Amino acid sequence: MLSLVEAPPVAPVLGGNPYLPHMARIVRIYPLVEDNHLFTLRFLDESLANSFRFHPGQFVMLSVPGVGEAPISISSSPSRPGVLELCIRRTGRVTNALFRLKPNEVVGLRGPYGNGFPLQRMTGQDLLIVAGGLGMAPLRSLLWYALDNRDRFREITLMCGAKTPAAMLFREELNSLVGRVDVRCLLTVDADPTGAWTNRIGLLPQLFDHFTIVPARTHAAVCGPPVVYKFVLQRLLDLGFPKDRILMSLERRMKCGVGKCGHCSVGYKYTCLHGPIFTYWDAINLPEMI
Amino acid sequence: MKVLKLPKEKLDFFAAVVQQFGEVHAPVEQDGKYVFRRLTRWSEARLDYPRTILPPKKYFLPPREALFRYQEGQGYLPCAEGLDRRIILFGLHACDVYALNILDQVFSGQYDDPYYQTRRKNTVIIGIDCAPDDHCFCRSMRADFVDRGFDLFLYDIGDYYQTLVGTALGDDMVLATAPLFEPVTQADIDEYKRRSGEKRRAFRLEVEIRDLPEIFEMEYKSGIWEELGEKCLSCGSCSVVCPTCYCYDVADGVALGARDGVRSRSWDSCLFSTHALVAGGENFRSRRSARIKFRYYHKQRGFVAEYGRPSCVGCGRCISACPVNIDISQVIHQLRGVQDAVAC
Repeated sequence: MLSLVEAPPVAPVLGGNPYLPHMARIVRIYPLVEDNHLFTLRFLDESLANSFRFHPGQFVMLSVPGVGEAPISISSSPSRPGVLELCIRRTGRVTNALFRLKPNEVVGLRGPYGNGFPLQRMTGQDLLIVAGGLGMAPLRSLLWYALDNRDRFREITLMCGAKTPAAMLFREELNSLVGRVDVRCLLTVDADPTGAWTNRIGLLPQLFDHFTIVPARTHAAVCGPPVVYKFVLQRLLDLGFPKDRILMSLERRMKCGVGKCGHCSVGYKYTCLHGPIFTYWDAINLPEMI
Repeated sequence: MKVLKLPKEKLDFFAAVVQQFGEVHAPVEQDGKYVFRRLTRWSEARLDYPRTILPPKKYFLPPREALFRYQEGQGYLPCAEGLDRRIILFGLHACDVYALNILDQVFSGQYDDPYYQTRRKNTVIIGIDCAPDDHCFCRSMRADFVDRGFDLFLYDIGDYYQTLVGTALGDDMVLATAPLFEPVTQADIDEYKRRSGEKRRAFRLEVEIRDLPEIFEMEYKSGIWEELGEKCLSCGSCSVVCPTCYCYDVADGVALGARDGVRSRSWDSCLFSTHALVAGGENFRSRRSARIKFRYYHKQRGFVAEYGRPSCVGCGRCISACPVNIDISQVIHQLRGVQDAVAC
């Protein structure tokens, strides 16, 4: 029932213990929007730092010593190895504790986990990335992977929406893509209280009015809050997207990341093993998914 | 597989000899119910027990266990206390051995769980056959017999236990007591088969699981789930006593004022309201009806897709344990549109 997803890199298991976090240093903390920072991390172990491989769409389990562990998607691209960038919102116990840490302090990391985006299937095709709200966190990895490997994709389109300019993750970075000829970067905000926003104002799905797309040769990667899924998915279906060409990144409670603890199951699949990237076809076949 | 027989009157002698292979744990009577625990003397063992309160999973996935110690400057250090204990679990029923085989699959695969696997390696399993009671439906779940996952399995054939030797370790135990075991005769085999047929006919509870996954798909929106949600207390008793429920929670503990801590895991249940709650407040199964449906769905449908069979083994513990008398066999009958639960 589920479409085949190529094998992503598997977490290195040290000492035969898949739950063992490897220590990593906080290299940089960069505030993106309110309560949302970009943490740059590097493994203390030099060889692990240099050999760590992952696919866009995979995630890691982040430990704050003495507090706990939480699943976090990787926001940096595998084409830029050496460090990991995690875009983290202060929202739970672990992330609140993380926000109290300072650069040069140490956290635990293990992974990468999950399937990641089906890169082999997406290669040579058009790529449409649709991010709403915090959805850019996992999609940024795919975006930069595609831009760093530009010859492996045909047309690349990025649609990103936020409530206000101040709420848009990676605002400066995405702004710098506007006008580039090798990527169609469409940014929109629901409202612009500052008056300084030079991009579009309007709801995310309205961006579909500004370009044409060929669903048969495109993969759409979508991530955002439920309202984004609701309207964007409908729009993609209206455009004629096959259901297995719509890729979504899901969030679930996770305690292990390796298919044991049971928390992230949707229907009969584990988000940590079979996801977090699911096709829309998976979604309508697995109960409670969206 | 090696097949031998052990005279019944020699069982206590056999039990005394196998002590050299580890601590002997067996079902023991406690307040009219039965529990697996370490024997202080062999006469405590009650091998004719119906079922224990907790299944043997407690030996492999303890209710609570430390995974790591965290020490500043040293990172996470795996805990290994107790993993090297050599335990002999004496008197497991086929359904419970079957359940361990299912847990083996969950705790292996792409990522081996070293805690579970080490305990499993260090534990000897000696199975024993049993007679079904009113809550047993292992036959329906194809778990009334088990062909692996044990070191020895004893079948009552009257004056003897006909013994299947499942592993090299089991064989060592037989050899350590070599004069006790005898070759089986055709008459012993015939007696085994006669009793096997008798056991088959003794089941009073039956469910049909053949196209149950399909029926679960079709009845996903059935009103039955709402009714169950109204009744269910979300107490999680069924998960605790289930031999194949393995969901666990992980929590870090740290001493006040200290920077060192312990990461431990403990049994969890998909019936608890926080099971699918994520940071930020979204809860994917906030309703009780959604949670109890999920539990049945995962066992009877999800496992079939993932592992080729349901994870339920029909041990009947959840039926015994539910404080509001939710009965899985009744639920399945209701979904199938069969009124009478006792359908044999």
